[in-house]
Order: sequence, then C-alpha cells, then structure tokens
Amino acid sequence: MTAYSEFSVGEPIADTAAPDGPIESRWERRRFGVKLVNPANKRKMRIIVVGTGLAGGSAAATLAEAGYQVTSFCYQDSPRRAHSIAAQGGINAAKNYRNDGDSVQRLFYDTVKGGDFRAREANVHRLAEISVQIIDQCVAQGVPFAREYGGLLDNRSFGGVQVSRTFYAKGQTGQQLLLGAYQALERQIDAGRVEMHTRHEMLELVVVDGRARGVVVRDMVTGEIETHLADAVVLASGGYGNVFYLSTNAKGCNVTATWRAHRKGALFANPCFTQIHPTCIPVSGEHQSKLTLMSESLRNDGRIWVPAQAGDTRSPKDIPEDERDYFLERQYPAFGNLVPRDIASRAAKNVCDAGRGVGPSGLGVYLDFSEIIERTGRDAVAARYGNLFDIYERITGEDPYEVPMRIYPAVHYTMGGLWVDYDLQSTIPGLFVVGEANFSDHGANRLGASALMQGLADGYFVLPTTIGDYLATSRLEPVAADAPEVREARAQVTERIERLLAVDGTRTVDSFHRELGHIMWDHCGMERTEEGLRKALDLISELRREFWRSVKVPGSADTLNQSLEKAGRVADFLELGELMCLDALHRTESCGGHFRAESQADGEAERDDEHFSYVAAWEFTGAGEAPVLHKEDLVFDHVTPSQRSYK
Amino acid sequence: MRLTLKIWRQEAPGATGRMVGYQVDDADEDMSFLELLDVLNEKLILSGDEPVAFDHDCREGICGSCAMVINGEPHGPQKATTACQLHLRHFRDGETIVVEPWRAAAFPVVKDLVTDRSAFDRVIAAGGYISAPTGAAPDAHATPVPKANADRAFTAAACIGCGACVAACPNGSASLFLGAKITHLGELPQGRPEQDDRVVRMVEQHDAEGFGGCTNTGACTVSCPKEIPLDVISQLNRDYLHATTGSRRSA
Ligand SMILES: Cc1cc2nc3c(=O)[nH]c(=O)nc-3n(C[C@H](O)[C@H](O)[C@H](O)COP(=O)(O)OP(=O)(O)OC[C@H]3O[C@@H](n4cnc5c(N)ncnc54)[C@H](O)[C@@H]3O)c2cc1C
Ligand code: SF4
Ligand code: FES
Repeated sequence: MTAYSEFSVGEPIADTAAPDGPIESRWERRRFGVKLVNPANKRKMRIIVVGTGLAGGSAAATLAEAGYQVTSFCYQDSPRRAHSIAAQGGINAAKNYRNDGDSVQRLFYDTVKGGDFRAREANVHRLAEISVQIIDQCVAQGVPFAREYGGLLDNRSFGGVQVSRTFYAKGQTGQQLLLGAYQALERQIDAGRVEMHTRHEMLELVVVDGRARGVVVRDMVTGEIETHLADAVVLASGGYGNVFYLSTNAKGCNVTATWRAHRKGALFANPCFTQIHPTCIPVSGEHQSKLTLMSESLRNDGRIWVPAQAGDTRSPKDIPEDERDYFLERQYPAFGNLVPRDIASRAAKNVCDAGRGVGPSGLGVYLDFSEIIERTGRDAVAARYGNLFDIYERITGEDPYEVPMRIYPAVHYTMGGLWVDYDLQSTIPGLFVVGEANFSDHGANRLGASALMQGLADGYFVLPTTIGDYLATSRLEPVAADAPEVREARAQVTERIERLLAVDGTRTVDSFHRELGHIMWDHCGMERTEEGLRKALDLISELRREFWRSVKVPGSADTLNQSLEKAGRVADFLELGELMCLDALHRTESCGGHFRAESQADGEAERDDEHFSYVAAWEFTGAGEAPVLHKEDLVFDHVTPSQRSYK
Repeated sequence: MRLTLKIWRQEAPGATGRMVGYQVDDADEDMSFLELLDVLNEKLILSGDEPVAFDHDCREGICGSCAMVINGEPHGPQKATTACQLHLRHFRDGETIVVEPWRAAAFPVVKDLVTDRSAFDRVIAAGGYISAPTGAAPDAHATPVPKANADRAFTAAACIGCGACVAACPNGSASLFLGAKITHLGELPQGRPEQDDRVVRMVEQHDAEGFGGCTNTGACTVSCPKEIPLDVISQLNRDYLHATTGSRRSA
C-alpha cells in the first residue's frame, strides 16, 4: 500500500453562495442579490478566460459585451476548433414545444435522477431554468437548428428520457453552437474588447494574496513564456477524459489548466466520475490514436447483440436468430436498447468478458440495422443516419447497410472537475470554472445532450452575472509584473520545461501516455475493485517516476514543439490519474458511471446514500503525497433519492 | 504494408524547407493517415530526430485542424474526407506518398506541415456574425424559418474552416469559405439586417489578407471535405453586387 492512499479528512465544505428558500426562485433571488459593477468601472477591469469552447467562447463574448476587457486563450490555431465542435447529438431545453409534458421541473428531475443523486439540487434547477433562454439566444445568432416544414424548430428524444426536448443540427450540433459563440467572440475581438491569443497554452495560475490574478502561458509558436494579469480568471478548459489515452475527446484535450489551479489550492471534486459511452467504434490496433463516437441516436433503431455461444466466429449473417443474444433486450425488457449509457456500457463489457465479443479483438458487440432496413427501406434509414453510416464506413471499411456495425464502450466525458460554488467560483477567490472543467451539474452520470446545455448556461448566463458580484465586492490592488508570486509562477513554468527537456531518456511521451491509459482503463474504467485500484495506484506512481527518469522530448523550448506540449500534459495526467484512483477507491459505493464491483445487488449498481451522499473535494498537498478530503454534504429536498431501475 | 513518405520539412516561418524521404515498414491498412504520421514520429523521436509537426485535434473530420496536401490533393484522394479520416486502405503497398503543407500566400508555413490560417478568423471578425448580444433574444419560435432556407443555411454552415479550398485554388482565393458564411447567415431572417455591411466588410478583409480573386475554376468545391457547393460563391457575388450598387436581394 502506498502512503498516497492514506488520505486524511479535513473540514467539510459548503456552498454558501446559493440563497436559501424555494428552489424555484433561488436564481432569481441570487441575480437580484448580486452587487453590480458600474459601467465605467467595467471598462477598467480585465478578465482572463482560458478556453474558447462553448463555455469559454460564450463567456468571453458575453463579458466583453457587458463592457469588461477580456483576454482569451486557446491552444488550437483558432478559437473555432475547441473540442465542443465535435459534439453530435444535440442540446436539451425544457421548451415543451412538443406539448409532451416537459417542463423546467421535469428537466430538473431527470437530471438529478440521471446523475444518480450526486449533484447539487440548486445548480441543476438553475440549469433547467436557463435551458430555454439558450435556445432563444442561439437562434438569434443564426444557429441553423433542424426545422420542420412549418418553419418551426424540430426536437428529438435523446438519452433515455420520455420527452422530446433535444434541439439539434443534424449530427453537428456542437459545431453549429460553437460557431455561434465563436462568431460572437470574433465580433468582440473586432471591436477591440477581447484580446485573443490562439496557440497559447496556460501552464500556471498566478495567485496573489490568496486571489487568482493571472496566468502564465506559453506561446506555442515562439516558445515565449508570457504573464497575463487580470482582476479575475475563468477556466473553461474542458474535460480530462484523455487521461485514458484513448477516448472520444480531441487529441489536445488536457487537464493542465485545472490541474495547475488544483496544485495552487483549488479543490478537485469527484475526479473518478467518468462517463463511458456505449456506442463507439472499437479499437482496431495498437496504432489507434483516438476513438470515434457513433451517436447515441443509433440505439433508437439498431439492435444490439452478440452470439449466444462464446467463441462463435461465424460471420453475423450466418448466425441464425435463435443463436443470437440480444442481451439488453433480454436483461432490461422495459428499456431494451435504450437503457442509460453506464448500464449499456457495462452490459457490453460483461458479454465480451464472457468471451462472446465480436470482431478481431473480441472487444465489440453488434449494432444491427437489418430489421429496420427491411421494415422501412434503405432510403429511410439513410435519411436518418446516412452521415453516421458514412463515418463508420470511412473508418472501418465496412458497409453498415450490409453488415452490422461493431461498437464498444469508450471514455467520453468527465463529470468531475474543479469544485465550484453556486456562483461557479472555486475555492480560490477570483478563480471561476465553467463548462466541463467544473464538477457542478451532472452528479455521477451526465444525461445525453446536457453538456452543451451546461456549457452555454454557464458561459452566457451564470458566470457573467456572478463574476460581477465578486468584482464589485472585492478590493483588488494592481499586481506588479515582477511581484514575487508572478516571478514564482514563471519560474515554475520554465523549470518544468527545462526539466522535461533535460531528461533526454529512451521512451516517447506517447508510450507513457498509452501505458497510463491502459492502467486507467483496466482498473479505473467501467468496473472498479478495491484490489484493482490499489494495484493501479502502485503502477501509476511507478510510471510517474519512470516518466521523469526516461522520457525523451526532442527539440527545444523556443519553437513549435508538439512533443514538449504533450509531455507537459502527460506529466499532469500522471498526477491526476492517481487522484482518480484514490477517489474511486474511497467511494466504496456504486453510483452512476462509478461502478464498484463490491457494491451491487442482482448485478445492478448499488448506491450507499447513508455514507456517500456527498461531493468528494480533494486538496492537493504535493505530488504523490496523500491529499486531504473535504466533503460537501448533498441534501435532497425536492427529488427523493431512489435506486434507478430500468428493468 | 510498406510506404515511402516524402514530407515537407521546414524549421520555422520563412526558413527554407525541403522534401525529405522516410520509410514506414509496418503501416496497417486500418490506420488513419495521421496515425501513419504518428508511427513515423515515434520512430523519428527514438532515433534522435525531430518529429514532423502537423495540426490535428478532433481526428473526426469536424474541427478543421488537420491540413495537408497528399499526393497533390488537399486532404488526399478520398472525396469529402479530411486527412484525419483518410485511411491507408486507399493506398497501395509499396506506394510513395508526397505530403506538403497548404500552399497559399495568405497561409504562411509555421513549421513542417503547420500553417498560419488566422486570416480566416479575421475574415469572420470583419462581419461573419449576427449581432445578437446575450440576453436580447426573442423566443426561438418568434420567427419561423422556411425549411428550405434553413436547410440551405445548414449546408453552408457545415464549413469547418480548414482552408482546403484555398490550397486547391490556383489563385489562392477563399471565396468558397467566404461564400459559405455569407450564405449561411443570409439565408436566415436573423441575418438579413446586416447583410450588406457584412458582405462588403468581409470581402475587403478577404482581399486585404492576400487571398486571390475567384475565376470559377471549381477546384475548391472538389477538394472541400464538407462538399460546400459552388453556388455559395454565386450568392456571394450577388450579395456583393447588390450591396455595392445599392439594390437588395429580394428576400
Ligand atoms: C464526440 C463527442 C460528442 C459529444 N456530443 C455531445 C452532445 O451531443 N450533446 C452534449 O450535450 N454534449 C456532447 N458532448 C460533450 C460536450 O461536447 C463537451 O462536454 C463540451 O463541449 C465541453 O465544452 P467546454 O467549453 O467545457 O470545453 P471544450 O470545448 O473542450 O473547450 C476547451 C477549451 O479550452 C482550451 N484549453 C484547454 N486547455 C488549455 C490550456 N492549458 N491552455 C489554453 N487553453 C486550453 C481549448 O483550446 C479549448 O478552447 C460530446 C463530446 C464528445 C467527445
Ligand atoms: S469551404 Fe470547404 S474547404 Fe473551404 S474551409 Fe470550408 S470546409 Fe474547408
Ligand atoms: S483533426 Fe479535426 S478535422 Fe481533422
């Protein structure tokens, strides 16, 4: 056992920003309660926003419209390329345009329940309220949502809910929403209110007198280390699914921005809450660099099955009906192929572990469209799923109209992130966290089409209101460019870069990243056990030592150096991975995406509300040093916790 | 499979570059083209060389990061496919593949296959938006949009800003990219009020960035991974003419 796992429990924490009283009017009352910054002062205040995805792009544009000076960063060559661009399926909103019984209350309820009762009620209610404004805002910006012949917006049902509340733009919803935010951002750049730095990576947070006052970034083209100071800092740097190496995230997605803030004192909440998406294209070989999601909507019409007998290598066409096992339909007759993501993923893993998986690696199950093609015709299926079938064909070389697709679960989203209060402020005053980077709204499992909603709620509506309260009520002295805290942060960045280059060992960064990914997937993936997690903790700390002994980073620090960029990110993943395993180890219950094999009843996840109805917020005490756990108790006044059942 | 790669190597902006040959013996037909470069780069690093720099992020054909000319064609030989989605099963064992960066005056090379496409952002900043400050929006159903217009707007909005159209164009024109944005926003009632201003300012910026004029070769749409149709350029020209001669699009 490593000393790392002997964590201590510190003072509990609580969200003190949300007003008490009726949940329906809390946000209204918070908005009325915030102190306003007078417009003349806004022009003198600067806010740093790291990230230009849906959360950061919408925040930067809105803050600039409100009159603040904004400095914005992204690591891509254009803000439009943030990972949000890849979201496919849609965005939820309680518009009830279908008159099918939807309401703010129902979206609130579905989200709290979907999150397996590990989210904060007040935050979720606000999210549901704001959802309707988001759609209005996006339509006004020209987001080309799908429409019906009458010219009104179309909706579909998504992710196992019983109402149609998902707005979409074919399979490119994230792209279209992001372009809306990006264009609003470019408008502010043109107006001189946003200073945009592309190809810049944040590598350190500057904390002065206990408050977040700036960032240290590296210009990824020239290698120059720059300091940017401000009155407040917003992190919108996305999720950390790439700790698994293979995930559906973009290759550059990383934890560095939030991890650096964590090292400077921001608590990291529920790091082990990871979402594994059931419908991804399986790994085809060791060269695999990322995994591609096949939209969840395919489960509406495709039937999932494996051969009933282990070791059956016949081609799917030659396996007769009665020798197939439609295992989701069999195990969950009520929901069938539409059970929530975590349940579908685990079921697929179980049949593959039993030797019944398909495809060259045995890690795959069939998603079969032959029945719907027969029933409605090829053209009807093409109209609905054509672009997805094309993507599948392009990647696998197989035609899903002729042979069933092969799918397997893959890491997709991280519910954990920096702890924030109702105002989206972290435990470092002046440091706000929005979008996937925070832990706030999804509990232990996120519902489909809710991440886009949360990112835009945070960026367009919540943060621009709450950050004003911080700025209006804080006395912020100017920070000198050579203040000791600034010099220290810069020194931390340069020393780390020099150290990475100096190792000059024998293994590439990717080889470490892959190995870390294997450890995480095997022991902190779909199914977690005490034994496995303890083993992972040992393996990761050994791998981290090995990394600093034998990584090889070619080139120099003063040019574009993609190996150096990756090395810094992997170094942070090697610390995060350890915290994720510890968090998973300490939470001996199963909930949402976190499945502890020891905590189940009849093969289904079993939550333990008596002992674990809290947010686990971890305090950093040093790399490899046992962290301190702070608990935020969760209170459910409006939705009564129940065990989820989809049978 | 065994492949020979000839890749443009250039250390820094403005430095002289050259084609360098490499051999990859253990390529696999299920690899994507970028995974082939990954495999090559792992080898280069271990042998003490610098890996080939190339832009990439989503590897799903949607972010528009990846950008390279493969055997003379932007994004390579497969229709409607970005370099990250191109797989090696479209190449023959033993083949030699030539890989170069986008070549265009407005996209200077940063390093190896990486170019500076920030000109595209500045073209958008010049008017490629609808001014709709947060909070001011009416209900989303206040203005129905005929499905035909919505569909045309969507088709144009699918542009990923990769720049293949510019790389393919003998004049280095960004008319397809520009026309796509003009069409996307112009097809929607929300985009009409700023239409004239938008097209004039965006065209001015396009020209100021050093993109060339359009002579209707049609090479852009052939290379476009999102199959943006050529008629967005006709729309661009119509809008521009109307804006500059005072007559409006009959909407
Ligand atoms: C394939 C796929 C499909 C999805 N489909 C859906 C869907 O249909 N519906 C839904 O609701 N959700 C979906 N999601 C989830 C959703 O897309 C994301 O959770 C969401 O877009 C995250 O947005 P964000 O703004 O928080 O972060 P991101 O979009 O990830 O943006 C992060 C930003 O931070 C910047 N950044 C990161 N680190 C640094 C650093 N160190 N320095 C400087 N800049 C940095 C990046 O450049 C980028 O601009 C999907 C996710 C995937 C992977
Ligand atoms: S028009 Fe096509 S080729 Fe040009 S930038 Fe857009 S997607 Fe790329
Ligand atoms: S890497 Fe995103 S389009 Fe190719």
